[in-house]
Amino acid sequence: MPIWAELFASFFKIGLFTFGGGYAMIPLIQREIIEAHGWLTMEQFVDMVAIAEITPGPIAVNCATLVGFRLAGFWGSALATLGVVSPSSIVVTLLAAVLGRTRNVPRLETFFRGVRPAVVSMIAYAGYSVARSALTDARSVAIMVTALVLLTRARVHPILLLVLAGVAGALVF
Amino acid sequence: MTQSPYAVMFLTFFKVGLFTFGGGYAMVPIIRREVVERLKWATDEEFLDMLAVAQASPGPVAVNTSILVGAKVAGHAGSAVALAGTVLPSFLVILAIAAVFDTVRSFRLAEAAFSGIRPAVAALVLSAAYGLGSRALKTPTDAAVAVAAFLCLLLLRWHPAAVILAAGAYSLLADGLRSGRKAGER
Repeated sequence: MPIWAELFASFFKIGLFTFGGGYAMIPLIQREIIEAHGWLTMEQFVDMVAIAEITPGPIAVNCATLVGFRLAGFWGSALATLGVVSPSSIVVTLLAAVLGRTRNVPRLETFFRGVRPAVVSMIAYAGYSVARSALTDARSVAIMVTALVLLTRARVHPILLLVLAGVAGALVF
Repeated sequence: MTQSPYAVMFLTFFKVGLFTFGGGYAMVPIIRREVVERLKWATDEEFLDMLAVAQASPGPVAVNTSILVGAKVAGHAGSAVALAGTVLPSFLVILAIAAVFDTVRSFRLAEAAFSGIRPAVAALVLSAAYGLGSRALKTPTDAAVAVAAFLCLLLLRWHPAAVILAAGAYSLLADGLRSGRKAGER
């Protein structure tokens, strides 16, 4: 398969199975982009998540654009981005049509009651993977613990947190 | 000057896409303000219905919401225009960053900064898991499903898509058994 077709197919899969926002997508990207294709290292991917966090727009779209560009330039980024939003367009349109007619679909609700706890695990597993790649020594552990305290106790904004962490990294590494 | 509804829609979603940082959920209140309060394209109730569909569908919530708003105002063409408006700003910004990403990353100082940023990303994701977990895991069954899903990912190395489908299927099955038993008692 040509690279642009593989990019489209991989990001279509990622878009189709991402429920509950950006971080839940990390294990999918890890599996498809890092493990199955070796298109990125885990470290490069974590850096991309940081960039996606401090730039506008949904994280899924940001990651697709970045990965696509690295692998196949402008058209790679265009197709990866198109791939990640295509399932949304199709499913949302179908779902809206169905819900417009019947108003509620109990089976769908039951399905999502089961999916929701799995999404929590998906994000927890993402946190575990990112931590495993990010924690290289005592300095990085100290930064993560400080960041957790700042997030939960002081409610620091994520962008400010990443800027502070970048400054800390430049000073201690 | 009267603008075409498509132009208004494109510009509105372009603005939303350009000025919301930190992922899809940050966009939702801004989309609501534009769509419900300023343009009056939907009532609050209609917007909540759209949000429910957007959350139940795969993909970024902001993208899904804009597709639904676009469809309500101007059908399929409307959803295409709204989608383009939402995605284009981040696409263009990231394209500019992607062009210099590897060069910047190779500088010694940037490398050190990223070594500090990576643990902070881990903290962000872990705290998101904790936050969602404390809201979404309401019953012992929820907690059991979450633990099982985590172990499938970590130890059995299941594909994340398989975990999602299995959790949904389990819920349907358990619900079917429960209603079957109730019918049997009667």
